[in-house]
Amino acid sequence: MSGDTAERARGVVEAVYRSDSRRVLATLIRLLGDFNVAEEALHDAFTAAVEQWPRDGVPTNPRAWLVSTGRFKAIDAMRRRARFDASLGALAEQLDAGPSAGAEWLDEGVEDDRLRLIFTCCHPALPPEAQVALTLREVCGLTTEEIARAFLTAPPTVAQRIVRAKAKIRDARIPYEVPSRADLPDRLDSVLRVVYLVFNEGYSASSGASVTRHDLSGEAIRLGRLLIELLLEPEAVGLLALMLLQESRRAARTSPEGELVLLDDQDRSLWNREQIAEGSALVERALSSRRFGPYTLQAAIAAVHAGARHAAATDWAQIVGLYDVLARADPSPVVELNRAVAVAMRDGPSAGLVLIDALLGRGDLRDYHLAHSARADLCRRLGRTAEARAAYKRALGLTRQEPERRFLERRLGELPD
Amino acid sequence: MKYLCLVYNEEKKLDAMSESEWDALVAEALAYDEELRKKGRFIIAHVLQPTQTATTVRVRNGKLSTTDGPFAETKEQLGGFILIDARDLNEAVHVASKMPGARLGSIEVRPIRELEQKEPRAFR
Repeated sequence: MSGDTAERARGVVEAVYRSDSRRVLATLIRLLGDFNVAEEALHDAFTAAVEQWPRDGVPTNPRAWLVSTGRFKAIDAMRRRARFDASLGALAEQLDAGPSAGAEWLDEGVEDDRLRLIFTCCHPALPPEAQVALTLREVCGLTTEEIARAFLTAPPTVAQRIVRAKAKIRDARIPYEVPSRADLPDRLDSVLRVVYLVFNEGYSASSGASVTRHDLSGEAIRLGRLLIELLLEPEAVGLLALMLLQESRRAARTSPEGELVLLDDQDRSLWNREQIAEGSALVERALSSRRFGPYTLQAAIAAVHAGARHAAATDWAQIVGLYDVLARADPSPVVELNRAVAVAMRDGPSAGLVLIDALLGRGDLRDYHLAHSARADLCRRLGRTAEARAAYKRALGLTRQEPERRFLERRLGELPD
Repeated sequence: MKYLCLVYNEEKKLDAMSESEWDALVAEALAYDEELRKKGRFIIAHVLQPTQTATTVRVRNGKLSTTDGPFAETKEQLGGFILIDARDLNEAVHVASKMPGARLGSIEVRPIRELEQKEPRAFR
């Protein structure tokens, strides 16, 4: 084989790794019944591809080749180790007799493997932070170091979460399967929560110097796309819409100096029209199903904002209406706070202030910086400067995010004496 | 695979039950045991005497110490257990979710670890 062809084969291995390694892993986990064994098999399969494809040519179906090579190598390794551990020998024979190198994993079942992997990584019996780490590691293929950096955690902490989660999957026997119809709503909630958590961690990092950590948001959107490709559930569609619509404002959310820019003050020409169009279409689709939930409603609110040419043209009446539905579907103090802000926009600042003060009076949001900055903003607009100053200071004391801190300080400095 | 379902509840709440409420609860629990037995899921179940009857035993440096009460004081107390046979955790959770104790308190589902022989590691 000529050097050129060999070079091309190496390129194909890399491309297949990027596009298909997670699919291959998902199937190997099903065939081999263990995350660690499957990961080792995946590694061995690609090592073999790097050696053999440039020499023998790229197989007709690279993914099938990788799965059967990985499976064979894992069973072979078990047989060799059976000399030291007899139970591995029995296991190797059992696996060898199981679903095999035939064509059965080339049909639609392969897509089910990816769903199995997602649902297993997001199983509610695993701790939430482990669900996130495991999903990013196994479904998205991020390294432990990348996950640690994105979440500002030490790599050993992330590694330990993943090790413990895999041990629980094995020892408590969490099954590798797509949940039954009856269990699907609950289990899907757990998956969507993980995806949105990843997105938010990227969109508004809970602490640290940068407001956005783009990679994670992109990863979450990819996960969202994968999810609706595999499982057409309205709330999954709604979540993807929500993420796209929020992501569409990324370029306008921060000034070139890295300062936070509020929705009202954003340069709307910077909004990503493609993402808005796609997100709005997805909202329509999810709403028309009539089986939508909180993600779809939040997406619908974001779509109303996206549809306004400038801030003053925002249809606040529609937004308040959507918050009313959301507050019934998924009641929470934060939803009530957002509704209060929308009411202030529709009916004037004093109407909103009454609602926010009632909320704060209940004590639910006493330590939530956005409640105090929203109150400060309404007081400022009403000319109640002293109260505005106190509320901005309260918000400042509670925020952990650098750009938000600078934003609040700026607002504080702009107040008249 | 075997799972031990540890049934926790507030003893105070159970004590406050009327006799007819208690009788109904016992009847429901026994009926569910019977249902699980018919499905081949049931291994053994027992209700425990209240925590005031508990004694904690320790041996340190060869010296026996016996103290009154349970190992840890918690809001909910261990009130009983059911050992079940289930295909996997999802099935075990499903079985546990229908125990009356899940409604009254909470149920901790713990997989049994076999010490004598190594279990095949495959899940399916």
